[in-house]
Amino acid sequence: MLLIHCPYCGEERPEVEFRQSGEAHIARPQNMADITDEEFEAFFFLRDNPKGVTFERWRHVHGCARFFNAARDTVTDKILMTYKAGLPKPDITLPEKTLALTVDPGVSGRSLLPGDAK
Amino acid sequence: MSAAQKNRIAGKGRLNAAKPLRFSFDGKVMQGLEGDTLASALIANDIHLVGRSFKYHRPRGILAAGVEEPNALVQVKRDGARTEPNVRATVAEIYDGFAADSQNRWPSLEYDIGAVNDLASPFIPAGFYYKTFMWPAKAWAKLYEPNIRRAAGLGKAPIEADPDAYANRFAHCDVLVIGAGAAGLAAALAAAEAGASVMICDEQAGVGGALKFETSAMIDGQGGHDWAVATAAKLAAMDNVRLLTRTTAFAYQAQNMVCLVERITEHLATFNADTPRERVWQVRAKRVIIAAGAIERHMVFAENDRPGIMLASAARTFLNHYGVAVGRNVGVFTANDSAYHAAIDLKKAGVNVAAIVDWRDAPAGPAIEDARALGIEVIPGAGVISTGGRLRVSSMLVQAKAGGVSRLIPVDALLMSAGWTPSVHMYSQSRGRVVWDKETGRFLPGAYPQDAISVGACNGAISLSETIDQALAAGERFANEAGRMAKRTALKGGSAESFEGGVSGALLGADQGETVKAFVDFQNDVTAKDIKLAVREGMQSIEHVKRFTTNGMASDQGKTSNIHGLAIAAKALDREVPQVGLTTFRMPYTPVTFGALVGHARGKLFDPARHTPIHAAHVALGADFEDVGLWKRAWYYPRAGEDMHAAVNREVKTVREVGGMFDASTLGKIEVVGPDAAEFLDRMYTNPFKKLEPGRLRYGIMCREDGFIYDDGVVARIAEDRFHVTTTTGGAPRVMTMMEDYLQTEWPHLKVYLTSISEQWAVIALQGPKAREVLAQLVEGVDISAGALPHMSYREGRILGVPMRLFKMSFTGEAGFEINVPSDHGLAVWEALYARLTALGGCAYGTEAMHVLRAEKGYIIVGQDTDGTVTPDDAGLGWAVGKKKADFVGIRGMKRADLMRPGRKQLVGLLTKDPKVVLEEGAQIVETPNQPVPMTMIGHVTSSYWSENCGRSIAMALIAGGNDKMGKTIFVPMPDGVIEAEIVKPVFVDAEGGRVHG
Repeated sequence: MLLIHCPYCGEERPEVEFRQSGEAHIARPQNMADITDEEFEAFFFLRDNPKGVTFERWRHVHGCARFFNAARDTVTDKILMTYKAGLPKPDITLPEKTLALTVDPGVSGRSLLPGDAK
Repeated sequence: MSAAQKNRIAGKGRLNAAKPLRFSFDGKVMQGLEGDTLASALIANDIHLVGRSFKYHRPRGILAAGVEEPNALVQVKRDGARTEPNVRATVAEIYDGFAADSQNRWPSLEYDIGAVNDLASPFIPAGFYYKTFMWPAKAWAKLYEPNIRRAAGLGKAPIEADPDAYANRFAHCDVLVIGAGAAGLAAALAAAEAGASVMICDEQAGVGGALKFETSAMIDGQGGHDWAVATAAKLAAMDNVRLLTRTTAFAYQAQNMVCLVERITEHLATFNADTPRERVWQVRAKRVIIAAGAIERHMVFAENDRPGIMLASAARTFLNHYGVAVGRNVGVFTANDSAYHAAIDLKKAGVNVAAIVDWRDAPAGPAIEDARALGIEVIPGAGVISTGGRLRVSSMLVQAKAGGVSRLIPVDALLMSAGWTPSVHMYSQSRGRVVWDKETGRFLPGAYPQDAISVGACNGAISLSETIDQALAAGERFANEAGRMAKRTALKGGSAESFEGGVSGALLGADQGETVKAFVDFQNDVTAKDIKLAVREGMQSIEHVKRFTTNGMASDQGKTSNIHGLAIAAKALDREVPQVGLTTFRMPYTPVTFGALVGHARGKLFDPARHTPIHAAHVALGADFEDVGLWKRAWYYPRAGEDMHAAVNREVKTVREVGGMFDASTLGKIEVVGPDAAEFLDRMYTNPFKKLEPGRLRYGIMCREDGFIYDDGVVARIAEDRFHVTTTTGGAPRVMTMMEDYLQTEWPHLKVYLTSISEQWAVIALQGPKAREVLAQLVEGVDISAGALPHMSYREGRILGVPMRLFKMSFTGEAGFEINVPSDHGLAVWEALYARLTALGGCAYGTEAMHVLRAEKGYIIVGQDTDGTVTPDDAGLGWAVGKKKADFVGIRGMKRADLMRPGRKQLVGLLTKDPKVVLEEGAQIVETPNQPVPMTMIGHVTSSYWSENCGRSIAMALIAGGNDKMGKTIFVPMPDGVIEAEIVKPVFVDAEGGRVHG
């Protein structure tokens, strides 16, 4: 069972308190009624399935009930960081395939973004 | 000492001769000692024949002294309900009255009919079942499967319910140590003395691991085992240590979550009924030290499976720990030094050692010298090529590696050691990748993906001093990393023994010939030639070889067989071992009972039931209940002599003629509050909400972005900034989640709060011509007259003095109310209404009558008449989509070409030509009945009932282009004939809709 750091509660909590909610950083178009079929396809149907870092939404459903985002390495199943909904997608690159193996789990749950310590 | 325990050696071992106990095997009562396993007690009584093998029914004995045992699997019977199959005799601790039976034999262990398979073995090679039982397909169900099932498996599963309780605990620690042998104890001591919080577990009853047999070990000036016992006592007395014996670490999961199972009552003759049998520990450790030891491999030679042939370390454990000699005239076949110590110990205990056959050409060193000095014959550069004996080994046939004359040596036990396999299971489960050490021919732990380290034999240590050094360093380092550095532990340990060297694979032609059986995997009866056959048939990967031969697949998970199988496959493929690969080590390490995994989640706690606040009234009325999600809902209320059909007919008629009441408390309820509440609902639902006046209700449809119906419900505007939203019973959580999702992530600027109030309000639907008259007797502060409270309006007031949210609405087509009261008052209000309603001739109705009543009106149920591909237009609810709105969830999805296409499946009514015939829900519909199969299906029946009010059957269906087919006849092919029906508008009662205003 994973330990997941909720950026709102500021705590690492067990995975059973959370629900995964699909890919992150897919904004609903402001002009929803007017978008083209292709734009709708991209918004609603198309999803990434990377080997490596994926950005996904989680909800602390049995806690504060807030949605937040996480960067997770799909190779190691390690959550590299979590951050509040609405913050920009962080720049995470794994230079070597082994990097994910060496990320300190003690750090992995914490957000790296400035201003998030509040 | 009992005379019957003829192999018990006076003065040997650590059991107390003054504590005898009785046990039985196959009904024969024998004596053992407190602390015996079934294996040691059987050998003490000179019994080696313990079971029959899985496939060939060959007589089998005891191979090991621990969890790696593949052969000696027995059925333990405590009482009628407590019987467990496939228990390893080497781990089953006996108690007074312990009883076990052998398995996989008939009529008896000595004379087993199934042994004919052994003679037929040339005809049932590896892959036999895959190849043979393929055709004809029909033979599977009646012939092949029943017979294979009867032949498969070993023991018998218990038939009665499990009477035991199982517990579960969570634990956190700085350092978890897996294994309490020399390595684990030393590591735990170093970590604990530095101040770390430590958990240490061992699967065996007592600590010590290999120190149980390694008699020359000295640690800290004491004998190895004495040190282990003293250290365990010292650790157990420390506040920062939890020591668990009889506790197996069986699963190593992400982020250092390790699952342990502790066996609490299994070894006890009597125990309190409320003591859990087993307890699962879910341990979250900052650091894990794996001290799992090593497992000795057997030798792969022909006829290596007779009872009495066992691992050298097992024989040594039986002697040095249990005080039992495995025979009186023992042979040894080894490729390393460690087996010499078994021979030496046995010789010193008065057992004759016939010869040590050593695979190495020129073995040398202290162990060999000691053996020779004791007068033991050592035959170097040779191997055992076969054995004799039927129910027990009686001889070994020895031949030089170079060939030549073979020599028959009589023995009554044969000890073997092909070397030691580091136990890397836990490391591998932690997602570590093992590394092949070519020089020593072993897989060892590589890089650590988690905060863990292996120490001792599982990390490749071959001597006690190396083990202790690794363990102390790891314990201290991990304690320091956890911020603890109170004290450093110093220990000196050493032993004359070494655990290096060995061979893998088949020896001396053991993989040749049609009838040669050199077993690699005893539990699955896999021989060396089976693995060669797998390669010959094209299996290249070890994963394929494993599945083709079943090598390493049974409950022992290949603990003794994996490396041999791999070596044989590598040789056959002419590749290096690491190129062939190693099969994955999966959880659990050893079998875990279902009871332990299930824990408390059984019976009433398996799937909790939700009861409405009015539940007791339904029970008192004799309702039958149906499960809706977790809810128990009153289904119908049968009266004396009524079946379900009669009860539902009476209920639906009574509602329309007099009045009925229905517990609707399970409806989802969400309070939407804030200055932007109307704006928010406008975006979430297809309907417009901004212009809804306070005090009015509106039926709302919620779609997903794809434009398909997701949920529906009635929304009351309580005030400018406050709405009471209802959802379907099953949709309550997902609707709340979807609303929260949009509010939090898409429109966080909207000033709205969402609160689930599903459990705060009990809801009673009061419906029918007399509803108003009944309600009027009990309410105050609200005018419910038809003029003052029109259909689809909302009022607040009091009923029986308690607050009430009153919805004037109908899901039956009759004039009706939904009365919301605080949950605590739900039962009292129900009872008061019920007394007055029944006095007028009304009744309570259940969910079945509710379904019929709404279908008579054509009201949909989301999830029954819709299936996630139905748009509001498809369902005839296009009027509920706000045409002037700029945006709402689903607005764009609905505009996709396929969703606007004419001829989509549309919701219609069906009337069967024969009014007595009730269609089956889910039945497929065709346009013409005389098509060739497969017919073109144009839709399906979604709802179908007998309508007592209509005096005939009614149905709803989704049919392609249904709206344009009114009056047309369609056909429903069923197994016993084709049913004709006419497409009609889905309203069967009060088509004008006047009754709701009554």
